[in-house]
Amino acid sequence: MDEADTHLIGSRCKRCGTYFFPGNVTFCRNPSCESDEFDAVPLSREGTIWSYTDAQYKPPEPYVAADPFEPYAIAAVELAKERMIILGQLAKGVTVDDVTTGMQVELQLQTLFTKDGQDYVSWVWQPKR
Amino acid sequence: MSRDVVILGAGMHPWGKWGKNFVEYGVHAARAALKDAGVSWQDIEFVAGGATMRNGYPGYVAGATFSQALGWQGNEIMTCYAACATGSQALAAARAKIQAGQCEVALVVGADTTPKGFLAPQKGERPDDPDWVRFRLGITNPTYFSLYAQRRKDLYGATDEDFAAIKVKNAEHGFSNEFARYRKKFTVEEVLASPMVASPLRLFEICATSDGGAAVVVASKEYADRLGSQRQVKIGGISTVSPKFASADVEMPDIATDSAAASNAYSFRASIAQKAYEEAGVGPEEVSLAEVYDLSSAMELDWYEYIGLCPQGDAEKLLRDGDTRIGGRVPVNASGGLACFGEAVPAQALAQVCELTMQLRGEAGDRQVSDAKVGVTGNQGLFGHGSSVVLLR
Repeated sequence: MDEADTHLIGSRCKRCGTYFFPGNVTFCRNPSCESDEFDAVPLSREGTIWSYTDAQYKPPEPYVAADPFEPYAIAAVELAKERMIILGQLAKGVTVDDVTTGMQVELQLQTLFTKDGQDYVSWVWQPKR
Repeated sequence: MSRDVVILGAGMHPWGKWGKNFVEYGVHAARAALKDAGVSWQDIEFVAGGATMRNGYPGYVAGATFSQALGWQGNEIMTCYAACATGSQALAAARAKIQAGQCEVALVVGADTTPKGFLAPQKGERPDDPDWVRFRLGITNPTYFSLYAQRRKDLYGATDEDFAAIKVKNAEHGFSNEFARYRKKFTVEEVLASPMVASPLRLFEICATSDGGAAVVVASKEYADRLGSQRQVKIGGISTVSPKFASADVEMPDIATDSAAASNAYSFRASIAQKAYEEAGVGPEEVSLAEVYDLSSAMELDWYEYIGLCPQGDAEKLLRDGDTRIGGRVPVNASGGLACFGEAVPAQALAQVCELTMQLRGEAGDRQVSDAKVGVTGNQGLFGHGSSVVLLR
């Protein structure tokens, strides 16, 4: 897959324009909108770090951890156009010392884990160079 | 306006990791509350039970479970669950029943037995459940606590020492509290030497899960007066509000906030106590003491602002000036807070109410806040449950 074309797919309400992620919505959650029609739309693949942290201990299932467990960093990223914050791991190798609030990041794909020979891929945030 | 409702009695089972059936804690707390109120169990007309999700069917129907354990006597029953806000919701139900004139005296009980370690989602492959999705991505409860803690560092200049100082303060407060689980004093250095869990928060700064039980007896003012009770504490207001769209808070268990592309952005947490203050006819400047949800040490700072003790960004100053320790201007978590209790989900919001009740009566012993007249709780349950109670002497 071409990294430059990688987007998260969200939903956008056809009537009021509100975005949703994850995008599997059936009814618009804006209380002043009664729409039940949505377009699947690509979300901004760049955003600003709202805050960040890491995980030094292995999370419980359904997280599938490497053995031995490898700590990972996490960022909450603000998307300007959608006016929403989306959480995700930071790219492998990026630590909390490498990022700051307000930093620009972009979306990448990364294999989260492999199970029964199948790769499970997720989005991660990579600081922009 | 509807008639006044008062707290007649409060009771608790000490928090800990006792490994017993949750019903034991609930009944212990209920009997303590009834004794404290001077009310016989058989006089109770309505029981509001806080449900627990980890103790099988008896936990889902806790109001009935506690009633049966105390001895069936024909009282009406309800059970509710609102995660960490469960206790306030149960209290609100009892108050409404009394306000509506449908009963005069009610018992509110919450109790829990908890497993060790991280709170984990239910088993199975459930990609439609946001709680399942976030754990799959490696986003745990401490992730959310730490995102807010880190933001305070970057926006308001909070330091690791500030976060540790919260733990030190609350450990000091809870040291003499017979109901607290952790009764040990800490230094800032000891807290900072504990293992990092989720940067910047360390093990001693993140709330544990506990067993425990709390109960209150509530009644109409008329009933309390007829009983000749001299130790009534008035319920000034209760807030159980939900968020407003578009909620801008990064909230468990969601991996994204609402989009404010077509709506105004709101801060849910800052709105929670507002309704309780309005009902009570008091403002944050009149508060004598507060019990807030310190799921992490850093989160207590956020709550100073959410409940209006100071403007946004000033919480660190309040802490550093000693305003929020016992003896300061507005002590916060005089009970020791979650730092000393650990969380027993359906009992915790009631435990906050029990502490304020003891404080407003002047019965809090070594941790008594002097001249306590107005108390407020601040708390929030997963999936959009606000919780705030204002008590008045």
